[in-house]
Amino acid sequence: MSEIAAPRSSSRSRSLKGGGRNRSGQTNFELYSWLFMRLSGLALVVLVLGHLFVNLMLGGGITALDFGFVAGKWANPLWQVWDLLMLWLAMLHGTNGLRTIINDYAEKDQTRFWLKALLITAAIVIVVLGTLVIFTFDPCLDPSSTLSVCK
Amino acid sequence: MPSKPAGTLYRGREGMWSWVAHRITGVGIFLFLLVHVLDTALVRVSPEAYNEVIGTYKNPIVGLLEVGLVAAILFHAFNGIRLILVDFWAKGPRYQRQLMIGVGVIWVVLFVPFVIRHLTHVFGG
Ligand code: HEM
Repeated sequence: MSEIAAPRSSSRSRSLKGGGRNRSGQTNFELYSWLFMRLSGLALVVLVLGHLFVNLMLGGGITALDFGFVAGKWANPLWQVWDLLMLWLAMLHGTNGLRTIINDYAEKDQTRFWLKALLITAAIVIVVLGTLVIFTFDPCLDPSSTLSVCK
Repeated sequence: MPSKPAGTLYRGREGMWSWVAHRITGVGIFLFLLVHVLDTALVRVSPEAYNEVIGTYKNPIVGLLEVGLVAAILFHAFNGIRLILVDFWAKGPRYQRQLMIGVGVIWVVLFVPFVIRHLTHVFGG
């Protein structure tokens, strides 16, 4: 596409366009983002509070947490899926929430850009790392494991 | 546009401090989540590495920080549900005050048993 030099629009209005926050209806991104925060929030109530209940309230609570505890949980596909969903939804919800906060407080385009670049980089690293950990976990790293797969 | 975001320092009633608290707890939980995925990733290194780091979570000072984290999560979760009800439930806006009280009640009902159980574990009672 050939570019025609834009009239001197302020840098601010350009950044608003880039962030999909214009009112002239070019995208519905902010609407979907608003809806996503609410839907993911509902799912996270179950996922996060369930996670806290099982890990901190049942059994020995925090004193029982160790490699064997994790191995026991991830031997069950339900907990693998649970943790995977929780990881993805919490990271998307949290990252999107921080994007809003950056838009609210960072005034300069440059500051916004770099803060968002940092945010997205951190989010991608954490989501990829966490996903790999859930799927490549090897319970038999523990030589004293009593799980049947390790015998 | 004012040079300082003057509109972000709310002074006022419940709706305003709860908005600030929702924001602060959201950021806090997110930062913890980043660390928590990293510490859990140590299960790919060795059982010893994982156990050593997870051991710090059982230290009394960290145990108290966990109480703060759970307090923040419970607030953010139920205040979040309140926001959703105000947005989607036709009568939500009319029952603003009751919803706010509901958040407080559920928070206390879940938080108190948690604190008792968690501190019992942490301080080995
Ligand atoms: C436990 C269930 C959760 C519920 C019900 C929930 C609900 C919500 C809702 C409805 C919003 C949108 C507020 C708005 O649009 O004005 C929100 C914002 C936010 N949430 Fe959550 N959330 C939950 C968990 C989490 C978790 C686990 C994190 C961190 C990883 C998180 C971080 C955030 C952040 C940073 C914001 C942006 C705050 C702002 O814009 O002021 N939330 N949450």
